[in-house]
Amino acid sequence: MITDQFLEKLCNLDGVSGYESRLNESIVEAFKKYTQKIEIDKLGNIIAIKKGNTKEDNKKIKIMIAGHMDEIGLIVTKIEDNGFLRFSNIGGIDPRTLLGQEVIIHGKEDVFGVIGAKPPHLQELSARNKAVKKEEMAIDVGYKKEEVEKLINIGDYIIIRRSLNKLQGRTVTSKALDDRAGIAAMYECAKELCKINHEADVYFVSTVQEEVGTRGAITSTYNINPDIGIAIDVGFGSTPELPKEETLEMGKGPGITIGGNIHPGLREQITKVGKEYNVPIQFEICPGPTGTDARSIQITREGIPTLCISIPLRYMHTSVEVVDMADIENTAKLLAFFIGSISKDNLEGFLCY
Amino acid sequence: MLLKELTEAFGVSGNEKEVRDLILNEIKDFVTDVKVDKIGNIIAYKKGKFDSPKLMVTAHMDEVGLMITGIDSSGLLKFTTVGGIDKRILVSKTVKIGKNKINGVIGSKPIHLQDKDEWSKALDIKNLYIDIGVNTKEEAEKLVSIGDYVMFNSEYIEFGNNLIKAKALDNRVGCSILIDLLKEKTDLSFYAVFTVMEEVGLVGSGPAAYSVEPDVSIVLEGTLCADTPDTEKHMIPTKLGQGPAISLMDRTTLFDANLRNKIVAIAKENNIPYQFRKTTFGGNDSGKIHLAKYGSATSTISVPCRYIHSPVSVMSKKDYYNTRKLLLAIINKIEEGDFNEF
Amino acid sequence: MNFNSELLKSLLSVYSPSGNENNIRELIRSEIKDYVDEIEVDALGNLIARKKGNGKKIMIAAHMDQIGLMVKDIDDKGFLRFTNVGGISSFVSLSQKVVFESGVVGIIGSEPMEDMSKLKLENMYIDIGVFSKEEAEAKINIGDICVYKTEFDENENVVSSKCLDDRVGCFVAIETLKNIKNNINDLYFVFTVQEEVGLRGARTSAYKINPDIGIALDVTGSGDTPKAKTFAVGLGKGTAIKVKDNSILTHPKVKELMVDVAKENNIEYQIEVLEFGGTDSGAIHLTRGGIPSGVISIPTRYVHSTVEMASKNDILSSIDLLTKILEKDIDL
Repeated sequence: MITDQFLEKLCNLDGVSGYESRLNESIVEAFKKYTQKIEIDKLGNIIAIKKGNTKEDNKKIKIMIAGHMDEIGLIVTKIEDNGFLRFSNIGGIDPRTLLGQEVIIHGKEDVFGVIGAKPPHLQELSARNKAVKKEEMAIDVGYKKEEVEKLINIGDYIIIRRSLNKLQGRTVTSKALDDRAGIAAMYECAKELCKINHEADVYFVSTVQEEVGTRGAITSTYNINPDIGIAIDVGFGSTPELPKEETLEMGKGPGITIGGNIHPGLREQITKVGKEYNVPIQFEICPGPTGTDARSIQITREGIPTLCISIPLRYMHTSVEVVDMADIENTAKLLAFFIGSISKDNLEGFLCY
Repeated sequence: MLLKELTEAFGVSGNEKEVRDLILNEIKDFVTDVKVDKIGNIIAYKKGKFDSPKLMVTAHMDEVGLMITGIDSSGLLKFTTVGGIDKRILVSKTVKIGKNKINGVIGSKPIHLQDKDEWSKALDIKNLYIDIGVNTKEEAEKLVSIGDYVMFNSEYIEFGNNLIKAKALDNRVGCSILIDLLKEKTDLSFYAVFTVMEEVGLVGSGPAAYSVEPDVSIVLEGTLCADTPDTEKHMIPTKLGQGPAISLMDRTTLFDANLRNKIVAIAKENNIPYQFRKTTFGGNDSGKIHLAKYGSATSTISVPCRYIHSPVSVMSKKDYYNTRKLLLAIINKIEEGDFNEF
Repeated sequence: MNFNSELLKSLLSVYSPSGNENNIRELIRSEIKDYVDEIEVDALGNLIARKKGNGKKIMIAAHMDQIGLMVKDIDDKGFLRFTNVGGISSFVSLSQKVVFESGVVGIIGSEPMEDMSKLKLENMYIDIGVFSKEEAEAKINIGDICVYKTEFDENENVVSSKCLDDRVGCFVAIETLKNIKNNINDLYFVFTVQEEVGLRGARTSAYKINPDIGIALDVTGSGDTPKAKTFAVGLGKGTAIKVKDNSILTHPKVKELMVDVAKENNIEYQIEVLEFGGTDSGAIHLTRGGIPSGVISIPTRYVHSTVEMASKNDILSSIDLLTKILEKDIDL
C-alpha cells in the first residue's frame, strides 16, 4: 500500500487516547509485510520488529522508533434532561475549535451529533468577543433523553467528524495528523529499510496515550530497553504570526530537535547522515524534556540515548491539521539512512560523552 | 580553589561536558570505579571497609543558562532560557556563547528612548537579543549556531564577611563538597553521583538511581536564601551563615522523618550549626531518587545561596565548611547495617 | 451485609498524615493479620498483605495517608506558621481545630485580610494556646505535622468525618478481605503511603509486586449538591467505576470487567469521568511494562474538608463489587 493511502486510512479511523484499538488491524496489516514480528503489549502499544542483517543473534543493537497512535478527543460526562450531552476533553483541546463542529459519539453504535452555537441574533455584541467555554457547550444528537440513554453512556468517546482531504501539491489536511503522520513515516521507513543493509533490530512502536502524558512510551520503552530511542512526532509548521525561531517550515524536511532531551552524539550523526544523503533537514530548539514520547524514553531504566524528529504541521490540535507528504517521506528516508549507518563498530563512539 | 574552577566552568543543562570533564579529572585518583552513564551522569564508587547500607551522595552538575534559538538578519541572536530564570535579571548582562565562548551582551532600549510607563514593565524575553558585535546574519553564523548554549559571564569573587559571589553556586557548591568528600578516607563505601539536567526536570537522577539502587541517599544542593530586609520572617526559606539547610518537604519529596532526625542529632552531637529549609517550594533530584524501583529514604542538605539562578549568587564560606563537616560526620556515623529500617 | 461503623470509625480516628503512616499501619495490620498469608512493609512504608491464590496476580491499593499541615516556623509569641501536606484549602481550614500526634490541639486563625478571597495559607497560623516561643518549642518541633480534628457522625444514610479520603478505601479493602470466600486469585492488598503528595507509595509497591491487574480504591467527588459543577456521580446511586481522571484512562477491558461483574451481581453502580485528580492506579498502570488498571470510587461530598460525607450503601456496593471481582476467574 502506498504511504499516502495508509495515512488516509489511519486518519479516517478513530483512536482517542485510551481507546486506540480501532487502529490495530490497519497498523498490524500494514507493518506485517515489512517486519518479522508484531506484538501488542498490555497497554495496547503495537510493536513491529524488523530484524537487522547481522548473523550474530545475541546482543544485537536495538533501535526503537516511536510514533503515537492516539489522537485528542472528547468524552461524555453527562446526559442532560433534554437529551443534550455534556463533555470533557481527552488531551489538549482548545475549546474555541469546537464550536460549530460535527462529531461522532462512539456509543453502542456510532452516533452523529453537532456542537451548536447560540445564534448571533440572540447574543449581545459584547458577548460575541468572548470565547465560549467548554462548560457552556453541549452536543445535540437529536434524540430525547430516553432514546439517548439507549445508545450512549457516560464515559463514551467522541471524535470530531473529519476525513482526510487533499490540498494543493502534496499537502493533505485531516484530524489526527498528529501523530498518524509519524506512523506513516515509520511505515515508509520500514519499506526503505528493505533496500538498506542495517545491523540493528528496529522496533517500530505505535504508542498509546501520548496526548495524556506519553504513557504508552513509558511502558513500551521499559519492555524493549533499546540502545537508541527515536520519537517521531509533529512540530509547529510556520504561519505568519508565529516567531520564526519557534517553528519549522513546511516542505523543508523533518526537524531535528537540539536540546537536553537529545543525545548530542546521535544528533550529530543523524545531521551528518542527512547532509550526506541530501535529505532536507531543519532544526528546532527545546532546552528541556520535549512534549513528545522522547521525554519518557530518555529517562527509562538506566537512561536511553534519545532523538526527536518532528514533521512540520500547521494548526496542531485542530481538526484541520496540514502536512506536506514530502516531509513524511524525507523523515522516513532520514531515519532509514541513519539506522543503516549504525553498527557495533561505531555506536560506542557516538554514545561516548 | 576548586569552587572557583567549578563555578566558572560551562555546564548549562543538556551541555555539561566541560564540568563533567573537570570533575572526572578531579576525582579519578580518589575513586575505586567511575563511569559516565548513557545520558551523561557521572557514577563513581569509593570502596571502604563495609558496604551496607548502600549510600549514594549526589550533586547535580548543571546550571541554568540560555540557548540560541535564532539569528536575526541584523546579526542579533534570539534566545530562550534553560531552567528557571527570572527574565528580569537578563537585561544588561554579559554572556559567553558556545564552545568558543564568544562574548555577547544582552542589551536593551536606552532609557532616554523609553516612555515613562515602559519603565515599570518587565522586559519580555521576546524583546531581548544577544549582541555579539556583528552586523549581518552571515557574519554571525560563522561564529555561533542555533542550539548553542549560553552561560552568564560572572567570575568567582570573594567579598564581604567570608562571602563568595559566583554564577552556578546552585549546584557547583554541591559538586565541590562531594568532591571534597571523595578525597577523605571513610569506612563506609559509597556512590558519588554527579547528575545532569536537574534544572530542566530532574532528568538525570531517575536513571542514575535506577542503576545504583541505593538504600539511602543524600542530595547536596544550593538552595534559596531570601533573608533580605523586606521578606517576612516566616517566609524566609534559609539564612546565610546559619549552617547547612536540611529539607523538610518540597514539591517532589516528603523527606523521611527518621533519617532527618538522625541527621539533626548528628549535627547537634558534632556542634555543627544547622537550619531547616523552611519553604516547600521547588524540588530537586531527591524527587526522582526516592521513588526509583523499590524506593529508598533520602535527605536533601543544602548550602544557602542568595540570588540563586542569577549571575551573582552569593554564599557564605562558613556554610560551605559546615555542610561539608556535616556530611563527613554523617558518613562516619553510619555503622555497618545501620539505617536498617529503611 | 452489615455496615461495620465501628471499624470505619476507628480507622478514621487514627493520626497518620503523609509520610507518617506508622499508626494507621499498625491498626490495619492488626485487623487483617488473621486473614492473609504474608505481610510485609516495604522501603517507603507501604503495608503489603498477600492472600495466596493460583489465578491472576491482583494488586488492590487503598492509601493510608491523610492530608495535613506541616509546621515550618514558630514565631516570637508562640504562633505556628505552616504549609500544606497534600491538597489543603485555606478557606476550609479557617477556624478549624487541628491536632498533633502528641495530642496537642490547635486552632487555625488568619491575619486580617482586606480581601478575603485572596486568603492563602501563608496568611494563616496555628494557635496552640501558649504565650511564648519557648512554651511552643517545648511542645512542637519544626517539621511536625497536624491533621484536622473532627468527630465521626452517622445517620441511616451517610457517614461523615475528616479523611474518608482514603480511610473509607482502606475500610472497603479490609471488609472485602474478610468477606472473600474463594481464593481463586493471588491477591496483594496494599495499604499505600504518600498518595496525597503524588501517588508515591503506589509507584514503588507496584514495582515490587508487578501484578497482572491493579485496582485502586479511593474517593471521588460528587455533582449532586446545589449548583454543583457538572459531574454525573452522586451519593446513593451506587459504587463508581472510574473511566478517566487526570492520572489514568482506565483500561477498557478492566472497565468492561467491572461493569459486567456489577451487572451480573445486581450491584448498583455509576460511571465516573473526573476532569481532575488522580489515584494510586495512575502510578500502578505505568509501572514496568504496563499494568491494566482501574479504580473503584466511593462518591464523596466535600472532599479534603473536615466533613467529608459518603453514602453507606455506596460503600457497601463498593465492597460487594470488589469482592465479586476478586472471586472471579479473570481473563482480560
